[in-house]
Amino acid sequence: MELRSNPEVLCVVRGAVTRLAELLGFSESDNHLVILALDEAMTNIIRHAYQGQRERRIEVTFRLLSAARDGAPRQALEIVLRDDGLPVNVKRLQPPPLQESPIEERKPGGLGVHFIRENMDKVEFRRRDGRNLLRLVKALPIAESH
Amino acid sequence: MQIDIRKLEQITIVDAAGDIDYSTSPELRRVLLREFRELKIPRVVLNLTSVRYVDSAGVASLLESLKASRDLKSRFILYGLNAKVTQVLQLSKLLTLFEIRENEEQALKS
Repeated sequence: MELRSNPEVLCVVRGAVTRLAELLGFSESDNHLVILALDEAMTNIIRHAYQGQRERRIEVTFRLLSAARDGAPRQALEIVLRDDGLPVNVKRLQPPPLQESPIEERKPGGLGVHFIRENMDKVEFRRRDGRNLLRLVKALPIAESH
Repeated sequence: MQIDIRKLEQITIVDAAGDIDYSTSPELRRVLLREFRELKIPRVVLNLTSVRYVDSAGVASLLESLKASRDLKSRFILYGLNAKVTQVLQLSKLLTLFEIRENEEQALKS
């Protein structure tokens, strides 16, 4: 899937990937978690890598692969996002764990990366040949593995 | 996303519909903060019954509105949350900070 970095594409991608995740057998809850992670990853590219420019390219690929989870082989959905934007600040991709805390201590930022890390089984980032590459993996439910 | 505003005595009800995401959340943020900061409304109720999806930008707008309400000793009440919206507030560790009601009647009475 090749997309432009226009925030208005976000809802289109959510619609398409919701259907894909349903076909793969994800529960409604896990489906939402995958969509949320992908949505946040794309938003980060638009905001940070492309600094709000709307016509830059975002490539998203989907692949079914074999992965191990809890020691057992499982099929998994792999999502890879590529962009040609500014290098990602890797420190920003590793926020401290979110804690229940009083409202005075809560800041509105940083939730997107938390959702990506929390919702996916594997999150990997690489910078290669002037491009950012973010790889997200989520294991399929056992009973529904194809 | 669509936003409609209803005014009752000392209460504003904001009816939101659609998706609250990076693209649409600035408008909801603007509407809510205006009710608190400019109009000094003591109780603002956000109807999320027709909201299908909220992302981190949407959560940030809700959190900022909640902070504004606390600063001004107003109340910010949410109702009509579907499973996805509840899940995203749980992931954000914010569910217990918000006043959440089942329906409009409870939101107006409590």
